[in-house]
Amino acid sequence: MIEGRLRVPGSVKAGEPFEVRVLILHPMENGFRHEADGREIPMHIVNRVACTYGGREVFSVDLGTGISANPYLVFFVRAGQAGELKVEWVDDKGERGSARALVNVA
Amino acid sequence: MWLSALFAAVTVASGIEYQSDAVKAMQADSFGNPGLLWVDRGAELWKQKCTGCHGDVASMKGAAARYPRHSPQLGRVVDLEQRIQACMPGLAWESRDLLGLTALVARQSNGIPISVDVSGPAASTHERGRSLYFERQGQLNLACTNCHDANVGKTLLSEPISQGQPADWPAYRLEWQSLGSLQRRLRACYFGVRAEMPAFGSDDLVALELYLAARAQGLAASVPGVRR
Amino acid sequence: MKRRHFVVSLMLPFAARAQGFSSPADPAKWIAEITGGSTPEKTGIEIEMPQIAENGNAVPLHIRVASPMTSGDHVKAIHVFAERNPRPRVATFHLGPDAGRADITTRVRLGGTQNVTVLAELSGGRWRVAAQNVLVTTGACLDEGSL
Repeated sequence: MIEGRLRVPGSVKAGEPFEVRVLILHPMENGFRHEADGREIPMHIVNRVACTYGGREVFSVDLGTGISANPYLVFFVRAGQAGELKVEWVDDKGERGSARALVNVA
Repeated sequence: MWLSALFAAVTVASGIEYQSDAVKAMQADSFGNPGLLWVDRGAELWKQKCTGCHGDVASMKGAAARYPRHSPQLGRVVDLEQRIQACMPGLAWESRDLLGLTALVARQSNGIPISVDVSGPAASTHERGRSLYFERQGQLNLACTNCHDANVGKTLLSEPISQGQPADWPAYRLEWQSLGSLQRRLRACYFGVRAEMPAFGSDDLVALELYLAARAQGLAASVPGVRR
Repeated sequence: MKRRHFVVSLMLPFAARAQGFSSPADPAKWIAEITGGSTPEKTGIEIEMPQIAENGNAVPLHIRVASPMTSGDHVKAIHVFAERNPRPRVATFHLGPDAGRADITTRVRLGGTQNVTVLAELSGGRWRVAAQNVLVTTGACLDEGSL
């Protein structure tokens, strides 16, 4: 499982966009690095991150090797009512990770 | 000896002061500091393996500020990584678990001034560290002091030279794209002057760490640090 | 291996103002590919990046596209292109009205001093583009070994 952290505000106003912050533990190997003995380190990246709210996808990103190691993302989501926000990520080997948070809507 | 007393008179400043605004912001980011991913792992491990004896990690408050220190049990001066390794065998240098625990424990001393004991059994190690700090070495024939005292603030390869302070370690180095220990950074310094790198956990690296901590007396740490 | 490191690192001073791998890829070509030939407006996108990045491995990137983000008028996608990277396509962000704001932040790798181009796709077949130059003193994508 690919580890990561997620943060949403403690409580949000209905219909007002709120900030979602994600940080994922992943080397994002770009395939250009070599071991000390000259062996190529193969490409290995998180290539997709998707955010759902109440089960519906509200945001996603297709990542390439140009995204830094330990991908950091900040984006916005708008919610009408309280619900579960879930962020899932997957890498090019099919390994997955996710984090979820309950959003309180005032 | 007077030479080192002279340099000690300069105000100590953390390496973060010599980083760009972007790196400063990354270190200050209480969510997005990449080193926190290792701290998270450390916190998980602490819950599983450490609470039995140590209780809540908050009990470690102030501990890291006194490291490296002479351990009566181990009969030598050890740094924080080695103290953790002694407690929990099988943690390799630069492994995610050791880095995680070290960063977690070190973090409990954030804001607390570094204050190491270099008297008694630690004295000879401190002396060894001091002599290493002032000894020219490597193909470039440079001693730590040549850059980190005589040329602080000047640029080398477009980068400002810091005082070489040990606070804020373990730190996330952008060049490594990972959190790393102070020993890893010191080894890179040896490489920087084209000298043989001492092995992880070697006496020389611990001696240097102890000297650096004594030189940093009063400087408060902010772990995990972020560096270019 | 030590000698190789020695030689490579002797060259580092010259690489300090890294110019990336080779001549830059053409953003115009990339833009045309994605828009299908439509010309994007050069307005309505704010790019926030440092003017100078000390290390190309993690350069903060903050993009804001002005949009009410309603179902009738919103940003559908944001594409990022780094012309001198070995793989210029950095990422594509997919948004929609539920995002509420076309405002994203991330950290990117830059292989050297270059322009970063941001292309926004809006509902109704509209396009916007903006670019920002970043001076990179230590490039990413260089082989730094395992020190």
